[in-house]
Amino acid sequence: MKYILMMNCPKTGYDTFGSWPKEDIQAHIAFMHNFNKKLQADGEFVLAEGLATPHEAKLVRAGKAGQPITDGAFAETKEYLAGFWIVDVVSTERAYALAAAASAAPGPGGAPLNMPIEVRQVMCGAPEEFV
Amino acid sequence: MIPSPDDRFSPESERLLRELTPQALGVLVRRFRDFSAAEDAVQEALIAAHSQWPRDGLPDNPRAWLIQVASRRMTDLERRNIARRRREATAAQLGYLNPRSSLDAGRDDTLILLFLCCHPALTPPSAIALTLRAVGGLTTAEIASAFLVPEPTMAQRIARAKQTIKASGVGFHMPGTDERDERLRLVLHVLYLIFNEGYTASSGPELLRSDLSAEAIRLARVLHRLLPDDGEVAGLLALMLLTDARRAARSGPDGELIPLTKQDRSLWNAAQIAEGAALLAATLPKGAAGAYQLQAAIAALHDEAARVEDTDWPQILALYDLLDRLSGDAPSGNPMVSLNRAVAVAMVEGPSAGLDLLDALAADPRLTANHRLYAVRAHLLELSGDREGAVAHYRAAAERTASLPERNYLVAQAARLL
Repeated sequence: MKYILMMNCPKTGYDTFGSWPKEDIQAHIAFMHNFNKKLQADGEFVLAEGLATPHEAKLVRAGKAGQPITDGAFAETKEYLAGFWIVDVVSTERAYALAAAASAAPGPGGAPLNMPIEVRQVMCGAPEEFV
Repeated sequence: MIPSPDDRFSPESERLLRELTPQALGVLVRRFRDFSAAEDAVQEALIAAHSQWPRDGLPDNPRAWLIQVASRRMTDLERRNIARRRREATAAQLGYLNPRSSLDAGRDDTLILLFLCCHPALTPPSAIALTLRAVGGLTTAEIASAFLVPEPTMAQRIARAKQTIKASGVGFHMPGTDERDERLRLVLHVLYLIFNEGYTASSGPELLRSDLSAEAIRLARVLHRLLPDDGEVAGLLALMLLTDARRAARSGPDGELIPLTKQDRSLWNAAQIAEGAALLAATLPKGAAGAYQLQAAIAALHDEAARVEDTDWPQILALYDLLDRLSGDAPSGNPMVSLNRAVAVAMVEGPSAGLDLLDALAADPRLTANHRLYAVRAHLLELSGDREGAVAHYRAAAERTASLPERNYLVAQAARLL
């Protein structure tokens, strides 16, 4: 079963990440690197991406002629999607365990950030029997 | 068959390679006594065959070719492992000069490999991947694309599976008679799961998905050839054939699901239905039918009805009764069987009898939040004329399914009744 783990981050997180002490930034990056390596070694990795800073994020809608109409960026938004993983695991419990592990990524002073990670199942194809 | 990396690789070569893979692997495991390394070596030989056979033509003796190339890979590996194993390496070099020596072992080897790959210590996804590679002769890249995961992820999954088997300490031999039935049950379950993967994989090339079902049918055929007297092996093969026969009618042009009752039956594969029915006819009289035979018999009754209104529901209900009894009561029984039986009851005795059964089933914690319970209730409510109730339950089912085509189908069912 495939799940997406969406790592949400308060906007202040983006703003302050750069002002963490150098060792803490390195520890955080090393944690994420090792987390991904472990997913690969366990045969559970499908995809992982971090998203660029939301400062320039735009909302896009199609105009009357189908042309893109952009809105934003929205400086007042409190939380952003910072990145996501797609994992292929044997159970929902396993997806939760992985999300908890990612949530505890180290922040300033090495303390766990306990970031909120939204876990949702990726939909699959047709069911096995459909009568 | 699943497209090979080289498009010029003919389907005949592909079939041959699949047939020979477990035989070559069996010879190598016997010779080198290292399943994990032998499996890697055969995989490399397969990849070599994919690039060389289209260019140089089919070898005179493809089986000997595979064994020779894989043995050479093994020998290279062994050489790198220096003196400790030098004697075995030398023996191997001598051995591959006469690759036909273990010809007789080929049939049993395939069976032993199936037992090994469907080892109880493995999770289903690991057993599936290993079986497809070691017995099915698919490359890691092919398995990875069929399951929509990156190739290194699939490679790791297979490597882990082999480590687990190694750690379990089982050797390359047939399971003892005391555990053989249980181990065969696992093999059948893994083949069944591979077949279902052909349906349930998420997006991605349609071709790859249906080919997993084709591969499962091929492996079940191999198993049936090896164990022709086993009723459940025949039953599983029949079930796959009778289910797969409806493939072309099962979805519309936009991938939307078409339920059995609405399918264009002229699109069903008559040859596959005949083959499945013949397998059943040869097997059922032999005695107590197992779960796969009963499910196949139900599938056959659906397949043999020329029109949906010709469906022999009393007979289907009788089979579900047997199946229900076989699977036992909750919590050990299969709640999906009970759910399907409720549909059959509704078709024979009327929707309210089916709905009464559903009320009892809803207490099973495995069904309480299951979308199928809601979908069946919606269907029976609709039959009983309760449109409002049906709409609410179709929607509730749609919210709970993890299948995208099924979600779309259920939402459309609700919208149709508004």
